[in-house]
Amino acid sequence: MQVELNGAPTELPDNASLTDLINQMDLAGKRIAIEVNEEIIPRSQHTSYMLTAGDKVEVVHAIGGG
Amino acid sequence: MSKDDALVIAGQTFQSRLLVGTGKYKDLDETREAIEASGAEIVTVAVRRTNIGQNADEPNLLDVISPDKYTILPNTAGCYTAADAVRTCRLARELLDGHDLVKLEVLGDQKTLYPNIVETLQAAETLVKDGFKVMVYTNDDPIVAKQLEEMGCVAVMPLGSLIGSGLGILNPHNIQIIMEAANVPIIVDAGVGTASDAAVAMEMGCEGVLMNTAIAAARNPVLMASAMRKAIEAGREAHLAGRMPRKKYASASSPLEGVIG
Repeated sequence: MQVELNGAPTELPDNASLTDLINQMDLAGKRIAIEVNEEIIPRSQHTSYMLTAGDKVEVVHAIGGG
Repeated sequence: MSKDDALVIAGQTFQSRLLVGTGKYKDLDETREAIEASGAEIVTVAVRRTNIGQNADEPNLLDVISPDKYTILPNTAGCYTAADAVRTCRLARELLDGHDLVKLEVLGDQKTLYPNIVETLQAAETLVKDGFKVMVYTNDDPIVAKQLEEMGCVAVMPLGSLIGSGLGILNPHNIQIIMEAANVPIIVDAGVGTASDAAVAMEMGCEGVLMNTAIAAARNPVLMASAMRKAIEAGREAHLAGRMPRKKYASASSPLEGVIG
């Protein structure tokens, strides 16, 4: 299935969870936050949260800024 | 500086009145060294998509600037609408395990990075209702500053001059008017170019100064960070000490009696 990940179309296996997505992005254990369709999905729900085709996913982290 | 002269923001106490950003540094080592030299306790960070600003072989910013050591102040820089700013703050709160102190900054255009006040007021209202402690970047309009305070912002942060301009405090009279009316800390955010600018802000009675480019874009950022730390302390002490009155004519420092000849 295809989702929109950080603004770009991205192919994921069907029934992928957020944790699967995090692993695919090589971000396991990193300090990140995730929003799906403009709703925050708390870290505690990443494993149980199943993505659906067409979901708009934002994965963010902290970088240098003023 | 004496222990009892603390900066208090939303009930939290800080010894340093210098707040610093983490943008524009050469690398994370320089970021860490400059922030250590600045003595700052409150450090701003940006929130961005994971494919931006990330080198796979480099540690994460928050590994270098640890939330255990610093009060991390996520900012909404780069947001041009209230909606995007609110989303960014909610992501930051998740990112930082429920940390709810944020720097709200809603910009008007890319050339001036001047705040869009209409969007800033909307975002502030939503964020305060949502339980955030909002430190808000604004222009030097005393009416807007008061409105932001009345909405529940925990600190109001007027610009000295445009972000990254290094032009110093261009309208000290407005900052003075804002301070006289304020019941929350007034922190000059943006515009400082060198140490004397920071000292001027503190001598005027500002509760603190937030800066990034003045340190990061100096030829030697770590040395400038140290200079800023001293300028903030000197300016604060001068403010507390109370300057002498200005006089039109000279007033001799040595006794006039007993001069030879």
